[in-house]
Amino acid sequence: MAWTKQILRINLSNATVQVEPLNMEWARDYLGQRGLATRYFVEEVDPRVDALGPDNKLIMTTGPLTGTMASTGGRYSVITKSPLTGAIACSNSGGFIGAEMKNAGWDMIIFEGKAPSPVYLYVENDQVEILPADDLWGKSVWETDELIHQKHQDPQIRISCVGRSAEAGCLYSAIVNDLHRAAGRSGVGTVMASKNLKAVAIRGTKGVGNIKDPIRFMQQVAAQKKVLADNAVTGAGLPKYGTQVLMNVINEMGALPTRNMREVQFEGAHSVSGEAMHEPRKSDGKPNLTRNAGCFGCTIACGRISTIDQGHFSIKEKPEYWGNSGGLEYEAAWALGPDTGVDDLNALTYVNFLCNEDGMDPISFGATVAAAMELYEMGVITPEYTGGIELKFGSAEALVAVTELTARGEGFGKILGLGSKRMCELYGHPELSMTVKGQEFPAYDPRGIQGMGLTYATSNRGACHLRSYTVASEVLGIPIKTDPLATDGKPELVIAFQDATAAVDSSGLCLFTTFAWSLENIAPQIDAACEGDWSVEKCAEVGARIWNLERDFNMRAGLTGADDTLPKRLLKDAANVGPAKGLVAGLDVMLPKYYELRGWTADGQLTDATRQRYGLPG
Amino acid sequence: MLKSLYINPDKCTGCLQCEMACSYENEGIFNPSRSRIKVFTFHDAGRFVPYTCTQCDDAWCMKACPVEAIVFNAATGSKDVLNDRCVGCKVCTIACPFGTVNYNSASGKVIKCDLCGGNPQCAQACPTGAITYIDADATGLERMRAWADKINTQHAAA
Repeated sequence: MAWTKQILRINLSNATVQVEPLNMEWARDYLGQRGLATRYFVEEVDPRVDALGPDNKLIMTTGPLTGTMASTGGRYSVITKSPLTGAIACSNSGGFIGAEMKNAGWDMIIFEGKAPSPVYLYVENDQVEILPADDLWGKSVWETDELIHQKHQDPQIRISCVGRSAEAGCLYSAIVNDLHRAAGRSGVGTVMASKNLKAVAIRGTKGVGNIKDPIRFMQQVAAQKKVLADNAVTGAGLPKYGTQVLMNVINEMGALPTRNMREVQFEGAHSVSGEAMHEPRKSDGKPNLTRNAGCFGCTIACGRISTIDQGHFSIKEKPEYWGNSGGLEYEAAWALGPDTGVDDLNALTYVNFLCNEDGMDPISFGATVAAAMELYEMGVITPEYTGGIELKFGSAEALVAVTELTARGEGFGKILGLGSKRMCELYGHPELSMTVKGQEFPAYDPRGIQGMGLTYATSNRGACHLRSYTVASEVLGIPIKTDPLATDGKPELVIAFQDATAAVDSSGLCLFTTFAWSLENIAPQIDAACEGDWSVEKCAEVGARIWNLERDFNMRAGLTGADDTLPKRLLKDAANVGPAKGLVAGLDVMLPKYYELRGWTADGQLTDATRQRYGLPG
Repeated sequence: MLKSLYINPDKCTGCLQCEMACSYENEGIFNPSRSRIKVFTFHDAGRFVPYTCTQCDDAWCMKACPVEAIVFNAATGSKDVLNDRCVGCKVCTIACPFGTVNYNSASGKVIKCDLCGGNPQCAQACPTGAITYIDADATGLERMRAWADKINTQHAAA
């Protein structure tokens, strides 16, 4: 149980709303959220579909623990085919809308077709309406959020929506919920906008029940909350510094990708770090960070709430940005900062606000700007292309200017909206795109953290740190310390992390719990809440099944083992400084072993035996 | 010793564990919309503020009730709603100056905090100590201690 066992199917072409029972046979095999929605998606969508065409579908989905009191149980995901990668997209977000969807009585909402004109979906428990959004089209996420709240005269509605970047076709547009949380990666917002779907607004007052063994569940919840509270990372480091706790740590390891990954250490890292966010500003004596914040049900509360210095050039004339909003998280801070060479904390906070305000993935955006800066310094991109912006590494003014353009889909921002891969191809330098399967890297250089090289190369959604975060083991020693510079044992480590992560995502919990929790802590919570047997082994098997299902979809979509690779810069150019000096990413030794352990062929294809082992659809 | 809920918004992260604990205790389901305690977000100011009934001694809700459905609980000092007597007239929701008595359309009765009979689940669930259940006569103690420390530190530094 814990599932509501009901899903909504919204056909945007015909403006129809259908209620269906949840497929419980699939729920037993795929748990919920990421896994279960992918199972629906694979059943219903041709892998070769045009990601931005009406035949692509988009699923918003919760897990069985979403909306319960289990710590961090507020996650939801968006599953669709990505226009950025051509692979399966699964973007996970916290905030409050996931729990609201569950409280309204829905495990999942499947969107199909394309509305003839802009619409938004309004859900109040069983009342579901497709409403016109002509007046919302062209508005930012923040404006849309305010307008919908006004329209319905209900401050308690939770909203997910897309901004102007998605409407303009930016290929890495996010779906932003609760103003500054986002299903961020792979362009899920671009798909939503392609369906003329501007927003999903939900109010749920039914509550989340159906707990199999409530007494055992509440005991588990309390015990596991204590484990999080007592852990140094989840109980102290993350609440105080957020994920930004990593900026100085990763820089010292020589694994902080700098200036489009030309270098592995950034001289300005401290000034954009979690520590710096606590330091009082000279101008007003206030630190960048106002406080930490939790998503629904989260007892870690790594979220950052920040302000920008009112005297900073970016907002001096713009009082609308003087208040608090979602502050810098590590990956965003890295992409917007070290990767572009900008060390101005106020500028990064401002452009991060803009990424939220108009729904752009800050990782892909920052990494694309970094590639453009390299092309600019080479003289390939000239001020003529940029509209006079001097797009040099380290220029906060240039970063601010191109962010404003890309957020609104104007001028040179349209080129940046293509993402690093397509932009670098356009200018004849595909080798400068730091991407896998067309998706930009996050903030760990695989020359200094070798497991992350295999993680990026094999990730089912293109380069991503959240598919197997081996940084936990290689840097922090969780659950065991492994040597970040070694390739030995990394295929095994990556597989174990990939499978466990898929299970955690599918439960509705947050991956960040796994700094303190393993499946040993998570499976008992699932088991107390959900019908059926949810042992550690079963969860790991479900995770492996999900991984293989995603891979199978990608192969059918036309990807091959040749796509499991890294840019030449990481495979051929050795790190120039730091502990990894002299090393390249050792993908060539890790990948064959990985395929073998996965039970795939030497060129990375699933075998019938593997399909049968996990009971994957033919 | 009479105890009272003490709320320190500086410590609140807005996670809503309190709302879930409250609704679970009282309704048997995780449902923030049925919680007796509410957390308010002040987005621009970057603040989260939990708010619930303060159990007035001279309780306006209790006085306003025409059917004596709100009664004084001597053990905890709380003012409790007797469900079998409440007729759902909502007069108490008008009388309460703080808005902490609310109508529940699902049951046709009003709901308000009853301190869970002396073991408030919101305080149990709060991960940061923003909600505590302490000596009702000394709710200012923590703040006094903080100021005492500040003055002492300034004195030592001088």
